[in-house]
Amino acid sequence: MLQTNLEHIESEEQLKELIENNEKAVVCCGRMGPMCIPVYDIFEILQGNYPDIQFRDMDFDIPVAAIIKGLPECRKFFGLPFTIYYRNGKVVKATSSIQSAKEVKSVINEVFT
Amino acid sequence: MGENMRKFDVIIIGAGPAGLAAAIYTSRAALSTLVIDESSAGGQVKTTHQVANYPGFVEPVAGHELAANMRKQAEKYGTRFKLAADITALGLSDQGKWVELDNEDKYTAEFVIIAAGSSPRLLDIPGEKDYKGSGISYCATCDGEFYEDKDIFVIGGGNSAMEESLLLLQFVKSITVIHQFDELQAEKITADKVTTNPKVNILWSHEPRAFYKKENKMVVEAENLKTNKRLRLERDGIFIFVGLVPNSTFLKNVPVQLTEYGYIITSPQMETNIKGVYAAGDVRDKRHRQITIAVGDGTIAALEVIKHKLN
Repeated sequence: MLQTNLEHIESEEQLKELIENNEKAVVCCGRMGPMCIPVYDIFEILQGNYPDIQFRDMDFDIPVAAIIKGLPECRKFFGLPFTIYYRNGKVVKATSSIQSAKEVKSVINEVFT
Repeated sequence: MGENMRKFDVIIIGAGPAGLAAAIYTSRAALSTLVIDESSAGGQVKTTHQVANYPGFVEPVAGHELAANMRKQAEKYGTRFKLAADITALGLSDQGKWVELDNEDKYTAEFVIIAAGSSPRLLDIPGEKDYKGSGISYCATCDGEFYEDKDIFVIGGGNSAMEESLLLLQFVKSITVIHQFDELQAEKITADKVTTNPKVNILWSHEPRAFYKKENKMVVEAENLKTNKRLRLERDGIFIFVGLVPNSTFLKNVPVQLTEYGYIITSPQMETNIKGVYAAGDVRDKRHRQITIAVGDGTIAALEVIKHKLN
């Protein structure tokens, strides 16, 4: 169970609802580990700055995480967390391992603007 | 200075233990306090799995929990935060102190405490950024399981490298340690546990020069520092633990005095060579770096600011 202030994705239905009903969405899939926590924290801060983007997290060890792990974009990932950027229901970017606020903002500018 | 600058009594750059301790003190003394950090609050503590040597906790406390509590404590006394914010311009002189952020917000203060901390050192060689998370990792507890029964490299020979190697040995088939010296810098007790493990071999006096991928394997091009000959070795993954660097590059255009390694030089009162500018925590030049020491540094800096403000 992730201890963050982000909304959690805990089921396939929730993930489907998120990406089908929102133009811009980001899901950070990880654990409560040293590489993941900073990314969740950055999401918590940035969701106030980017109200048009839906920021969520997902526990890496729950069944629905298999969808993220199985994405072609994540096939060669070997570092937590897996962060997936969706636009209009499609994966437009995926990153692996810790990301700084600057890196996350850079991806947001690249894929959402 | 422009007209749109918001004024605080104190600006603290860095929201790790040093910065947050300073903020708790200055805010409790009713000084308006702004804390700026390029990331979230907590510094390196938030990325520490468990903290077992911070007084007051009988059982180890999760690093992110300790960091969150420090932030909440500062907020409770009125500290304002600007997080995930990059400093794009900075002015520090006896005459004035101001900060501009990437969203173009500008702030000025009578006092500045620099508590920017330190970050894991990157090797900064070709391939390192390209394969982060897809062959190159910096955390054994996070990514070790991806390399179960695989052969890996560990780059580094200090305490972090050896402690992380011990964790990795629970998962991997073999570790090749690449180290720039002829002996490990880690504490002997930890180093011995690694070096006596039959799954470990060490490539002494070598430094990586490039990383790249060959099909599913990671390749390290390493240079022998004695002969300058280069060799190429393949494994399934690479873990890098090569120490820390001070977060002081943002000071390059201000006259704060640094050591040759980029640490800020201060007086015992934490004051830098610029009047009213203090430094605290891991970014400061000193022998030991611990959470407790960072908190002490931040406290001293804050008390000095409070003393000068009230005078």
